[in-house]
Amino acid sequence: MHPSFSVIFFTTASGAGYGLLALLGVLAPLGVTPTSSAFGFVALALALGGVTAGLVSSTFHLGHPERALRAFSQWRSSWLSREGVASVVTYVPAGLFAIAWVFFGTISALLGALAAIGAVVTVICTAMIYRSLKPIQRWHNSWVLPNYLALAVMTGALWLALLLQTFGAGNRGVAWLTLLAIVLAAVLKLGYWRFIDSSASASTVASATGLGALGTVRLFEAPHTSENYLLKEMGFRIARKHAAKLRRIAFLLAFALPFLLALVPLFAAGWPAALAALLAAPLATIGILTERWLFFAEAKHAVTLYYGSAAA
Amino acid sequence: MTSLPAQPGAKRLGLVIDLDICVGCHACAVNCKQWNSGGIAAPLTDLDPYGAEPNGVWFNRVHSFEAGDGAKGRTVHFPRSCLHCAEPACVTVCPTGASYKRAEDGIVLVDEQLCIGCKLCSWACPYGAREFDEDAGVMKKCTLCIDRIYNETFDPVDRVPACVSTCPVSARHFGDLGDPDSAVSQMVAARGGYDLMPEMGYAPTNKYLPPRPHKDSAGCTGALAELAPAIPAGSGGLLGWIDQLLSR
Repeated sequence: MHPSFSVIFFTTASGAGYGLLALLGVLAPLGVTPTSSAFGFVALALALGGVTAGLVSSTFHLGHPERALRAFSQWRSSWLSREGVASVVTYVPAGLFAIAWVFFGTISALLGALAAIGAVVTVICTAMIYRSLKPIQRWHNSWVLPNYLALAVMTGALWLALLLQTFGAGNRGVAWLTLLAIVLAAVLKLGYWRFIDSSASASTVASATGLGALGTVRLFEAPHTSENYLLKEMGFRIARKHAAKLRRIAFLLAFALPFLLALVPLFAAGWPAALAALLAAPLATIGILTERWLFFAEAKHAVTLYYGSAAA
Repeated sequence: MTSLPAQPGAKRLGLVIDLDICVGCHACAVNCKQWNSGGIAAPLTDLDPYGAEPNGVWFNRVHSFEAGDGAKGRTVHFPRSCLHCAEPACVTVCPTGASYKRAEDGIVLVDEQLCIGCKLCSWACPYGAREFDEDAGVMKKCTLCIDRIYNETFDPVDRVPACVSTCPVSARHFGDLGDPDSAVSQMVAARGGYDLMPEMGYAPTNKYLPPRPHKDSAGCTGALAELAPAIPAGSGGLLGWIDQLLSR
């Protein structure tokens, strides 16, 4: 699948934003974070800013962005529509939670919980858009949803740790939570990569043409001389060795380095912990952008079976 | 509404494509392009039409495959277009209601006035039936020539999709695949017509008829079992050439 930058940026930014929103909604009422209006303002501005930047960027790849409101209508059948509805509905408790905290100094457990639920539901909808597409076997599997959820929580936790360090409110509980989230997300990502390397789609060029009974089927002549929409959108190919190199880069930036940096506050408080948190969150975000690029680039669509692929 | 019809109709209009007959002439694809460039989905935009990389929206593409090896091998021309599935995920993934499946005849259509151009429907189709029109910013697809098949100003014989009307070898047939007594359903039953990628679970309406069994021995085809050598052995070089020339 063609890795479209607007969608890669959207899923990364909104994933981190919703992860941070969910953690704030649960942890702030428990007194884990500072209760000051300033912290509430900066933290929720970062969370909702990430979400909003992502949602706005997702409309850039539309053929008719001015009709985007229509996408809220088909929530009965479409995960994309459900994602739109969930994202907008989540703004209500999240916005009220922010107003109550920043302007009235009240951290509402109920509004926080509702915002956290909305954030989780929206990330589930995002993942299900991909998970539900049968023609793309590398998306249509049970690794995709846990991956999206774990990566959202992990990036949210890293940004929360950064905020806490910036406000001089480093917290051992959050440090442990961050480490746990990184390990969980890394294990799930390695599991996903292992799954897509060791499994194949049930569809082959034989089933796509129905000619398998005659023997090996191979493309003799393509229907057109230049690339059409199908090949531009769904015929993206990445060389195996490039993918392997990018996976190593993504693993290093998204998981390995943030894990080592997230260990620092357990051993040294003060400026080393702050510096580590300051490095870990942006590094992990760049790592997730790489991971998300690979999520698209390594996904093979069944239509390529008609254009010379033997298996999808 | 992109939910599928609660009560799917008995009528399931579609195509039957005979891979034994198709000669790969692309006339169906060209006539489809011509007709639909003036129909409800018009224009089918072409990008760089006179340049080095012409490309554009087509509803019908003719691939050619080789199947089998050696004497058993054969070339099969393979037209590919929307299959008007009974379980079309392209419809249910649509967030706007632009994609829909008609209850009365099973035809899958796009309402271009509602389409936001998110392209998700094209990702959901394993058959590559939908092509995005970059110029119009909306998704386009085969309409089963809905503006021909119900067109009462046409002679009844012409009320078939453009691809069917133009096929010079009658490899394409149009009819009601929901009716077991229709000509197309009987053809499918007699010839072992099949679904493409049945494992996807989309339950395509269109069916493909397999190539008939091969005649793969000289006796079957009437060819000489052994051909005489064209050039007599032993006469090579200039002298051989003069010999050939003089012996004509």
